[in-house]
This record gives sequence, C-alpha cells and structure tokens, in this order.
Amino acid sequence: MEDSQPRIAYAPPHASGGRSARVTGRWTAESLASSAHWEAAQADLQALPPDWHSWQWDLRELQRLDHTGAQLLWNTWHRQWPDTLLATPKQRAMFERVARFSSNLPPKRRQRPVDWFLHMGAWVVRREEHVLGAVRLIGQLLLDMVQLVRHPRKGPWRDFSGHLYRIGATALPITALLGFLIGVVLAYLMSQQLRQFGADAFIVNILGISLIRELGPVLAAILIAGRSGSAITAQIGVMRVTEELDAMQVMGIPKGFRLVLPRAMAMALAMPLLSVWTTLAALLGGMLASDVVMGLTPAYFVTALSKAVLVSNLWLAVAKSAVFGLLIALIGCHYGLRILPNTQSLGEGTTTSVVTSITVVILVDALFAVVFKDIGI
Amino acid sequence: MSANTDFLPTMPHATATTPVVDIRNLWTVFRTAGVDAVIHKDLNLSIARGELLSIVGGSGSGKTTLLRQMLGLEVPARGSITVLGRTAAELTRTGASSRVGMLFQHGALYSAFTVLENIAFPLRELGTLPDDLIRDAVMVKLQMVGLDPAHAHKMPADLSGGMVKRVALARALIMDPPLLLLDEPTAGLDPDRSDAFCDLLRTLHHELGLTVVMVTHDLDTIYAISTRVAVVADKHVIVNAPPKEVIAFDHPFVREFFLGGRGLRAQELLRLHPHSE
Repeated sequence: MEDSQPRIAYAPPHASGGRSARVTGRWTAESLASSAHWEAAQADLQALPPDWHSWQWDLRELQRLDHTGAQLLWNTWHRQWPDTLLATPKQRAMFERVARFSSNLPPKRRQRPVDWFLHMGAWVVRREEHVLGAVRLIGQLLLDMVQLVRHPRKGPWRDFSGHLYRIGATALPITALLGFLIGVVLAYLMSQQLRQFGADAFIVNILGISLIRELGPVLAAILIAGRSGSAITAQIGVMRVTEELDAMQVMGIPKGFRLVLPRAMAMALAMPLLSVWTTLAALLGGMLASDVVMGLTPAYFVTALSKAVLVSNLWLAVAKSAVFGLLIALIGCHYGLRILPNTQSLGEGTTTSVVTSITVVILVDALFAVVFKDIGI
Repeated sequence: MSANTDFLPTMPHATATTPVVDIRNLWTVFRTAGVDAVIHKDLNLSIARGELLSIVGGSGSGKTTLLRQMLGLEVPARGSITVLGRTAAELTRTGASSRVGMLFQHGALYSAFTVLENIAFPLRELGTLPDDLIRDAVMVKLQMVGLDPAHAHKMPADLSGGMVKRVALARALIMDPPLLLLDEPTAGLDPDRSDAFCDLLRTLHHELGLTVVMVTHDLDTIYAISTRVAVVADKHVIVNAPPKEVIAFDHPFVREFFLGGRGLRAQELLRLHPHSE
C-alpha cells in the first residue's frame, strides 16, 4: 500500500539545474479532512519556497486529485500558474477549471441603520396583516355558519365527522391517563396538608371544585392544543406546500367552508366532551387515592361531591371548553393558512400555532375566572 | 499507480473492468392494501465505468425505486446490488458523498440553508477543512454548473426550478464522486433550459470522467447524451444497449416509446438539428 498522505517533496538540486517539487499522496477532500493528513499537507504548503514560481512542479505521482485538492494547491500558488507544471491531461484540465472559476464570494449586503427602520416598519405591517387575517377568518366562519343554517344538507358533514373522530375519539386514552394521574397526585398532596388540620373530609370539596371548574377543562385544552391544534396547522400547511389549497381555489371550493368550518365545529363539540371525560378520570383518580391514603370510601366521596360542588360549575366548565375548542381550531387554521410553501415556514408555523393556542387558552381561562367569579362558588 | 487511474475511487478489488453498479437477480415487492405487487423480477443490470446510462420504462415500472435501491435508501426483497465494489446498504454510511452523488427529482435542497451552505454541506461535515478553502471550492462548483456567484446567498425558496436543479447538481458533485445518479434531471425545465442542462451533463460526464445513471422520460435527453439505454419492462431489463440498437429492439414497449408519435417527432427533430457529439 502506497503512502496516501498528501505531501510535497521539495528537492533542491535537480538534475537539469532547476529545482523540483513533487506532489504525492491523495489530494482529495476526504483525505485532506483527516487531521493528520491536513497537518502534514499544511506543513509542506507553508514550507513553500519564495521562488516557487521557477520550481518544476510534478503532479504525475499523485494518487488522486479532486477539485478541493486542486483548489488548495491553486490557492497556495496565489492563483497563478507555476512556470513548469508536469501533470496528466486530466489533472491539467482540473486545474484549468479551478483557475477559470476561482472567484471571491460576493459579500453579503451590509446592514445599514435605515434597514432597522425598514425592518420595524415591515414588522408593524406584518402585525396588521396578522390581525386582519384573524378578523377575516372569524368573519368568514360566521358567514359560513349562517350558510350552514340555511342549507344544512350542503354542510361538510363527512369532514366534520372525520375530524370529530380524529380530534375527539382518538384522544380519549391519553386524556384519561393524564387526568387520572393528576387526580391521584393532587389527592395525595392535599391529603398530607389537610391531615394537619384534621380537615380530611374537605378533600372532596377541594378536588371537586378545582378539577371540575379549572383543571379538567384547562388540562384537556392544553393537551388538545398540542395534539390537534398542531395537526390542524400542519395539515393545512402541507396542503399549501403541495398546492392542494390552490387546487381547491381553482375548483371554486371555498377554503373557509370546507377546511375551517368543519374543524372549528368538530373542535367546539369534541372539546367539552373531552373536558368532561378528563374531569371524570381525574375525579376517579382522586377518589381512589383518597380511599387508599385517607380511608374515605368511594360511596362517601360521591355523596359528598354532589353537595360540595354546585352543578353550575359543570356548565361553566362545558361552556369554557367549547370556547377553548373554537379558539384552538381557529388559531390552528389561522397559522396553517399563513404558511409559505417551504418546510422552514411549516415548522415555524406549527410551533407558533401551538404556543399561541396554549397561551390563549390560559388567558381566556383567566378571563372566565374573573367574569364568572360569583357563579358556582 | 498509473496516471489513468488518478480518478478511480478506492475500491477493495477495483480493476478497470469491474462494473460500477452491478445488480443481480433483483426482486422488488411492494405490499399495498395487503396485496403483494411484484415490481422487479430477476432484474439484472450492470453498468460499466464511464457510461452515461439512461433507464427508461413505463410509469410504475420501478425506475426511481431502482435508483433508490442503488443508493441503499430502499432494500430489495431479494437479490444483490453492488455499487463501487460494496453492497448498496453500506453506501449510505459516513463518506457516502465522496462515492456517489444523487440529484433528486425536486432537488431536495435543505430549505434552511443558503445556496452556499447547501453546496458546502458535505465539505463542512468533514469538520477539518478551513472555511475559506470550502468557500473557494463551492464557488468553483457553482460556476461549473453555470450559476452566477451572485446567487450564493439566496435561499432555495427564492430559486427557479432550473436553478434548484443546478444547485442540487453542484451539491452532488462537491466531493467529486465517481458515480452520479439523476432522477428525471430535465423534468419541469423548459426545452431551452433542458437542453442547457443536457449540455452541462455531457460536459461534466466527459471532463470529470463520471459514470452517470439517470432515470428519464425525455426522449431528447436520451438521444442527446446517453451512451447506453436500459429499458425496464415486464419487470426486468429487456435491453441494455446503445440508443441506436435499442430503437431496433423488437418489443411492444420499445416500439411504443421510441417509435410512437412522440418518439418519431423527436427523431425527426434530431435529424433536422443533430446534436453535436
């Protein structure tokens, strides 16, 4: 096996009087990339004699040369030809290509102070367009609902049932698991605190109010925002990337009526159901944990629950969840429709959609808490 | 080593006569809706060094699948594929870009990177080469495929279809691989650009001593640049020969493809305006 190390052997007194530099080894990107090879090559290149021009450069013993290797030599020669170059025709052709095409990278446009100003302006315009888009989306949804009420038979019912299944039915196991575990953890932690005051029985009130009124709906909404809100954005975004949205427009099929309306309706219906389901699972977890930790029987838990929590709490939770669902669907669609036809934008859009919908869910929940503070407590 | 083998890749048992790609008794089976669909049945194909081979065949005859199998992206049900003396499955390991370059049908440029970063990506991945050398190497490749240096800072989303293909070609060639695979290189290009792309491919094939395998439907491309044509029909390669011999081959698909209306028009054009060989 020949030594594949890329080297240059400088041999001063040449037979014919001149001096020669013999380039050997593998001068390819892959070979040069190994650090031992790179350092050896660098050492030889830096030992370049000042009068390299008049030396005889012999490349014929090279094992292999590629454009990167040729570029390295060419740059070392300050992008000039040595006076004598002994090379095979293919090597020479490669150097000629490198010589012909070697050029400096055009500099990037520099940032000027006025660019900052323009960026700020562009930001404001984008915000404005964002708000307008959201208003248009909501307005279109209202118009579509009116149309649906007028001609219920023409509604996108198949899409609606499909989304209902995907958003609602397939989320049942995960929401139940999450709710159950939260119920267990909450009951366990509370029991430790309540025992100090001898107020064991109040666990039912605490769990009942917090789970039914707040935690159930919010937990379910956050989970669904992450699970289905992102899916809505990604679905619509991919339709933009694959030009399906354009195809719909060309066929005269309204996007709002076929994409946004069924998703919004399915979400608004599935969300309250999922919220109740999550709450039930959480209560079940709390009930079992209370039984194990504090010895409260499930029978007592159920009877006490109906006295401790007014039924208006449940209605509030259901109404709240429907609003959450609608918002998650609208935010998902809004960001989905704004995605540009490239993968970068798809990723960004999906992330922003999830973050926005979770933030909005929590903000709106706070709003509900303030507005309905006198109800049910 | 003699001067002629300067450009040979390192192959375990390489000689000048070893085929670059060797496919033996290949079976491809797709399972759709519980039914097995046999796409290739005992397919054999051997591609010699320096060829510019076009693979043609009807829709769904598994041409692109064949390319993907050569790259090790898909595993055949049965049979063996040897590429540059290794099995195809070994090809996608580290350093694959210095062995084989692939031009995907839609370019497959990394959308988060600029043109410069896209082409430089395989070089930068090596980790040791300095940035200025990489930049110089990229600028050479960029202009080799006929792109203006001013495009270096653009994002892939801002490029036209023809430019995307050129950038993708530059990226496939950055490590000077001895084998280049092309999937529909001229699809989606207007005739003018398609001709320019063919010229570019022919020049690169000639100058770099590449072995090129391409899948195409474009008769003009086939006539203009291929040295051989392999026809996939009836689940195997029915003929693998220079274009002139393939046209003379007696098979319904060949008659339909080369001697149907489109084929004859292309030949007619070729007679009127012969491409310089």
